[in-house]
Amino acid sequence: MSDVIVDRPTVSDSAPLPPAGLHRPRLPRWAPAVVAALAVAAGVGIGLGAGLSSRAQWGLIAAILFVAVMYAAAARVEGLRQAKDRLATSLVWVCFLLAVVPLVSLLWETIARGIKVLDGAFLSHSMAGVLTIQPGGGVYHAIIGTLEQVGIATAIAAPIGLLTAIYLVEYGRGRLAKVVTFFVDVMTGIPSIVAGLFILSLWIIMLDFSYSGFAGSMALAILMMPVVVRSTEEMLKLVPNELREASLALGVPKWRTILKVVLPTAIGGITTGLMLAIARIAGESAPIVLLVFGSQVINNDPFEGAQSSLPYYIYEQWANGNDASYDRAWAAALVLIAFVMILNLVARAIARWKAPKTGR
Amino acid sequence: MAKRIDVGGLNAYYGGHKAIEDISMTVEPRSVTAFIGPSGCGKSTFLRTLNRMHEVTPGGRVEGKVLLDDEDLYGHGVDPVSVRRTIGMVFQRPNPFPTMSIYDNVAAGLRLNGRVRKSELDTIVEKSLKGANLWKEVKDRLNKPGAGLSGGQQQRLCIARAIAVEPQVLLMDEPCSALDPISTLAIEDLMGDLKERFTIVIVTHNMQQAARVSDRTAFFNLAGVGQPGKLVEIDETARIFSNPSVQATEDYISGRFG
Ligand SMILES: Nc1ncnc2c1ncn2[C@@H]1O[C@H](COP(=O)(O)OP(=O)(O)OP(=O)(O)O)[C@@H](O)[C@H]1O
Ligand SMILES: [Mg+2]
Repeated sequence: MSDVIVDRPTVSDSAPLPPAGLHRPRLPRWAPAVVAALAVAAGVGIGLGAGLSSRAQWGLIAAILFVAVMYAAAARVEGLRQAKDRLATSLVWVCFLLAVVPLVSLLWETIARGIKVLDGAFLSHSMAGVLTIQPGGGVYHAIIGTLEQVGIATAIAAPIGLLTAIYLVEYGRGRLAKVVTFFVDVMTGIPSIVAGLFILSLWIIMLDFSYSGFAGSMALAILMMPVVVRSTEEMLKLVPNELREASLALGVPKWRTILKVVLPTAIGGITTGLMLAIARIAGESAPIVLLVFGSQVINNDPFEGAQSSLPYYIYEQWANGNDASYDRAWAAALVLIAFVMILNLVARAIARWKAPKTGR
Repeated sequence: MAKRIDVGGLNAYYGGHKAIEDISMTVEPRSVTAFIGPSGCGKSTFLRTLNRMHEVTPGGRVEGKVLLDDEDLYGHGVDPVSVRRTIGMVFQRPNPFPTMSIYDNVAAGLRLNGRVRKSELDTIVEKSLKGANLWKEVKDRLNKPGAGLSGGQQQRLCIARAIAVEPQVLLMDEPCSALDPISTLAIEDLMGDLKERFTIVIVTHNMQQAARVSDRTAFFNLAGVGQPGKLVEIDETARIFSNPSVQATEDYISGRFG
């Protein structure tokens, strides 16, 4: 021990160590913001000066300038290690913006165009008796269709998916579990049009049923099931084994342990996964075109006759190709986005409400 | 209430790996039996075979006999669920149910087994928390989450949860290894009280603790890495610590080991 202490001064004398103390020169806190603003200004300036027409090019120039200037400034003032840190941080920010720009512009576009005809009448009327080139009409029949089809699909897929995931995580051993996992993987990759064709040939051509919302629901359920299985599986795997053992050691049967300890612990994540799966199938149009046929009028019975649905309605109105129908398509798109957004918010609320509590 | 355990020729496996070999011993009722031995010698594994928790681990397999007052726990037609109700367990790391309040944690064993009578439950929860020496600290916040307690309090909560279902034997796997001396002392005192009613088995790495709380001590050892663990000897604690019959035990206890 004493050797080390005696040695120490000589060691630090010879080594090129930075001056004592914990402070290093730092760029001021506002530096990134200022550099970003300057980079954007420079990007716009260069873009205008060089006559570049695409805004994407302006943005790219600004991004490159920002990353480069931040790196150079940090390398000069703060040293190389900090500069690398800055480089990584700026790249993350640039990528974040790259991801956010399309999202925001999409939302912006949809809201700006969709809000025009979106009102109470639009939400509460169907297209019955409205010529495609006329303004007016509404989306009510499509909302009903989407709610019923998605509702039935969820009623089919959620229990099967949940139980499959529980089987895989809590009971699955050996061959059968591997086979089930394999098929779930395969199902995850099924394109929606293929699911639609499968139900079409089975339900409508072979079994001779007619078009209906229910036929569409079955195809949607096929698409939804693997997503539910996957997300639920991941959530169940996150539940610590100690909790299962604690419950089993109290003499609680396994099925009750799963029901009362494992599922409540994971319920927040499971609901979130479920909502995301619902959101995903709510936007599917291919199976609807094949199996529900589409309709202009209100049909409340999902088991009998053609229905419409929001994605189908958007497709149909867009295909009509005139100003009135374009407006309706955008408004319906806005309704669909709002529907998905509400589902997401509900999922978040449930996840927060049900999350394991740690506070005092 | 308290029952005696007779183990005969017990082997336990993890898949193809034999973790403990040919263990035979008797655990006396209304007493504390301590298991000591080096890490990896199979103390936890053996403890878990005593209430059929070993088979919960994938690949876990047991051979041999464990008699609880003459009834073989591994006999034909024995329900592991009722075995675990009779023989409770406290784990090394406190593991309260995170979705449940303090009250619900203690009541969990009874509730999850479907026996719910509210007034009776209140009495049992209070009695168990008092039994676990935790009542004073939590009586004003029974409805707060159990995960919000300190580590030592959580461990005592887990003990309360285990004794609430009135088991006849209580197995404790290093219950104090994560606790401060004061909580440790509280739990050791608790064991002194509990042994009036239960048969207690405790795994510990703390020799002083084994000497303080236990009536009998079992020393486990393993011949080498990858070899199964074996019971070296079991005797009165006083004898094990003063005059053990095997040299290895003395070496281990006095720290002249390996
Ligand atoms: N889940 C498991 N799967 C496979 N092998 C295991 C498992 N748990 C324990 N083992 C093995 O069984 C042997 C005994 O382990 P055990 O946990 O019973 O030891 P221990 O005496 O409790 O040790 P410690 O004092 O460190 O807790 C070890 O060789 C260990 O590697
Ligand atoms: Mg152990």
